[in-house]
Amino acid sequence: MISLTIDGQVVEVEDGSTVLQAARKLEIQIPTLCTHKALLPYGACRVCLVEIEGSRGSWLETSCTFPAQEGLVVNTTSDRVLRTRKIVLELMLARCPEVEVVKELAAEMGLEDTRFPKKGEDCILCGLCVRVCGEKMNAGAVHFVNRGTGKAVEPPYDRHSAVCMACGACEVVCPTGCVDLSKITTHQPRPIPSEFDEGLSSRGSIYVPFAQAVPNTPVIDKDTCIRLLNGDCGACQAFCEADAIDYDQEDTIEEVDVGAVIVATGFKLFDSKLINRYGYGKFDNVLSAMEFERISHASGPTLGKVIMKDGRSPQAVAILHCIGSRDENYHEHCSRVCCMYSLKFAHLVKEKTDAEVYNLYIDMRAFGKGYEEFYKRVLGEGVHFIRGKAADVTDVSETPEEKGKLIVVAEDTLLGVTRRLPVDMVILSGALTPSPDSADVGRVFSLGCSQGGFFLERHPKLAPVDSMSDGIFLAGACQGPKDIPDSVAQGAAAAAGALSLIDKGKVVIEPITAEIIEDRCAGCQLCIANCPYAAIEYDKEKNISVVTEELCKGCGTCVAGCPSGAAHQKNFEDEQIFSEIEGILTGSEV
Amino acid sequence: MAKPKVAFYWCASCGGCEETIVDLAEDILGVVEAVDIALWPVAIDMKRKDVEAWEPGDVAVAFINGAVRLSEQKEWVELLREKCSLVIAFGSCAHMGGIPGLANATNREEIFANKYHRSPTVANPDGIVPQEQTNVDGYDLELPTFWKDVKPLNEVIDVDYYLPGCPPPFDLVATAVGAILEGKLPPKGSVIAPEKALCDTCERNDTKPDEMTITEFKRTATSTPDPEKCFLADGFLCMGPATRSGCGERCINGNMPCRGCFGPTPDAIDPGLKLLAAIASRGEADSEEDAKALADSLVDPLGTYYRFGLPASMLKRSADTERAQT
Repeated sequence: MISLTIDGQVVEVEDGSTVLQAARKLEIQIPTLCTHKALLPYGACRVCLVEIEGSRGSWLETSCTFPAQEGLVVNTTSDRVLRTRKIVLELMLARCPEVEVVKELAAEMGLEDTRFPKKGEDCILCGLCVRVCGEKMNAGAVHFVNRGTGKAVEPPYDRHSAVCMACGACEVVCPTGCVDLSKITTHQPRPIPSEFDEGLSSRGSIYVPFAQAVPNTPVIDKDTCIRLLNGDCGACQAFCEADAIDYDQEDTIEEVDVGAVIVATGFKLFDSKLINRYGYGKFDNVLSAMEFERISHASGPTLGKVIMKDGRSPQAVAILHCIGSRDENYHEHCSRVCCMYSLKFAHLVKEKTDAEVYNLYIDMRAFGKGYEEFYKRVLGEGVHFIRGKAADVTDVSETPEEKGKLIVVAEDTLLGVTRRLPVDMVILSGALTPSPDSADVGRVFSLGCSQGGFFLERHPKLAPVDSMSDGIFLAGACQGPKDIPDSVAQGAAAAAGALSLIDKGKVVIEPITAEIIEDRCAGCQLCIANCPYAAIEYDKEKNISVVTEELCKGCGTCVAGCPSGAAHQKNFEDEQIFSEIEGILTGSEV
Repeated sequence: MAKPKVAFYWCASCGGCEETIVDLAEDILGVVEAVDIALWPVAIDMKRKDVEAWEPGDVAVAFINGAVRLSEQKEWVELLREKCSLVIAFGSCAHMGGIPGLANATNREEIFANKYHRSPTVANPDGIVPQEQTNVDGYDLELPTFWKDVKPLNEVIDVDYYLPGCPPPFDLVATAVGAILEGKLPPKGSVIAPEKALCDTCERNDTKPDEMTITEFKRTATSTPDPEKCFLADGFLCMGPATRSGCGERCINGNMPCRGCFGPTPDAIDPGLKLLAAIASRGEADSEEDAKALADSLVDPLGTYYRFGLPASMLKRSADTERAQT
């Protein structure tokens, strides 16, 4: 360790540290524009100047490059430092008078204007982009060219570079925002869409999935992370003070022995692209319900502002109910929650903008506590309700008022006329549909599907939380469309059901189970695929199929389907059936 | 001590079972060393009166192959039952009715009509049909009665053991003969073959997918099975899961699915029905049409599921025969 004095305070730092790092350890603020934790010190911006006191007088050094030495005495706020730093910033302000970060720093130092002729550049030549591309990405696609007043950052020969991977690191590190990736690379820059924001914003390769994620820790997207793809970069590791980033970590599959399982795999929002007449995916301002949910959310991509793609506030918004649900062509079921969230959307648009709001509905299903009241309230807020399912969303205008608008065409069944509503934004309240992998999940947990593809409960009224298999419970929208209160209630019931099983400590099973006679089973395995409860396993060593009695429900499917008769149903043998048949056939004679 | 005597006899059969003995070639000398062959119509000329002259118990064992359909066959097997200590139903036909038993899918009148009238190679302008009693040139001729249906041997006489197979492989025959000579006999009525189904010994069993589904049946006549894969998984109907092992997988090694000649395992009441239930449970079709196409792709289901066992099955014979009887 090395001990040095900064502004009169003594600090100990590791050998090889810089004065800037030592000062930061003391929480002494030294402004800088060209340092980056993950990059080597460079000393380009000169803003971090400090005064070093020596035996024969003092001198100025850039703190980011000057190594900390034993007994060094540093002054970061002397008149000489502040004066020189001001001159440096004045010169930078002359070069880049419009760059925010420079203007802010100058203002902090009490500088309002520069005395030097202004040049109007946007690059402060800090070299962060050059260094991140060379040091971290190992690409070197951009570099400094020329000297003195002609110095600039460019790809070689000022041509689009093929070695550039379009990773976007230069854009990210640039303090002034002057890097335009499209002028550097021959590749197509592809921002990584944020899954949680429905692709309305982009995210990095290391990211926290969403604000309340559990666990609330970042993950690395191995499909886009340069470190995992090429072995380069690794910048995030330099920032993590807890040293928690381990690039060598592999995906692991953990096996957990449990006594009960609650399946709560949720739903998938109907893909409105399937109904192309509503223009989803074609018009910028036709949004899915989930997209609007993110837009209207305070932590969403627009920070809660209801704005259109071009940033304008909408003048009129149409909310189209029953997209893909209650529709024989797509899903026959009512998705149950759309009427209420559509009313919420209408309320939010009214609250956040001055727009006219049109709700186009088949009929309004505001069932249950507080819902009808909310509907009345939204009616009172001046939202237009049109009873009729929207037929079409088009940008072909018929009148001057419709020009530049999206026109929603619908039959108003209360007025008996066809209406054309010119609006700026259309929100499609899509159906709740089963998850695309529900068939696979169902196979894993031996769950059946009801009509429409949602998991089947044991009884619609008497056992709505249980599945056909003991110990496997259903909760939430995987069992059928439902709103938050219902999902919470079902989740709590499922948890209680699971707990009561665990709490008892033992499981009571029916005596009528199947049994496979070991000496008779040829191991043909047909029964395994037939068992609806996944209660049969193949014993590879013995080459036989074995019934797990605890899982067997005694349905007899394996017994009926066993080609060699090795599977028997306890207390329900063929002989018994034959005796019964004989009894019936001879009954008349007795 | 005199060598024990054995008798071979044939009923409704093809001669393939005799071939098993003939196939021994010079090894038959070993057999002859151990036993005396007292009766073997395929090779030794003997008359009924010779057999009638035997004392009961003179002959240790009779190997009878072939199904029974003629009154003459009945007389012969009853005679052998009387004279021989043990009777072994030899081969699939004696065991379960076998290929001749497929005649139970139709009835006697149809068989005669086809054989003596309809067949394109038959010229029978006078419509002559064999009669049980005929007078030719003043001589009364007698022909055996052609029964209304085919019976397995155990429906005609008491059978001690069964040697399955079409024909039975010789190692099983040797096991049986060895057991008889040493007096280590299994319980009466046993089928002398392993009790597990063929999948137990089939090398292809490991290639079975976790979840087998059947969407169509292929025929060996029109497509060639994969030489490594489980036939069922490959789309060919294989009787292996419902058929006793012990055959040495002769068909499988020849890249042909099991045809079921060894008959059902001891727990299966009806071999065809058991396999039909198993196959039906794994059939997959999305619509009625697909289900029909799947069912239609199996040509001749009766002849496939009951190729060797129709007379011994729960079906026994076609309903036509049943009606003709009443």
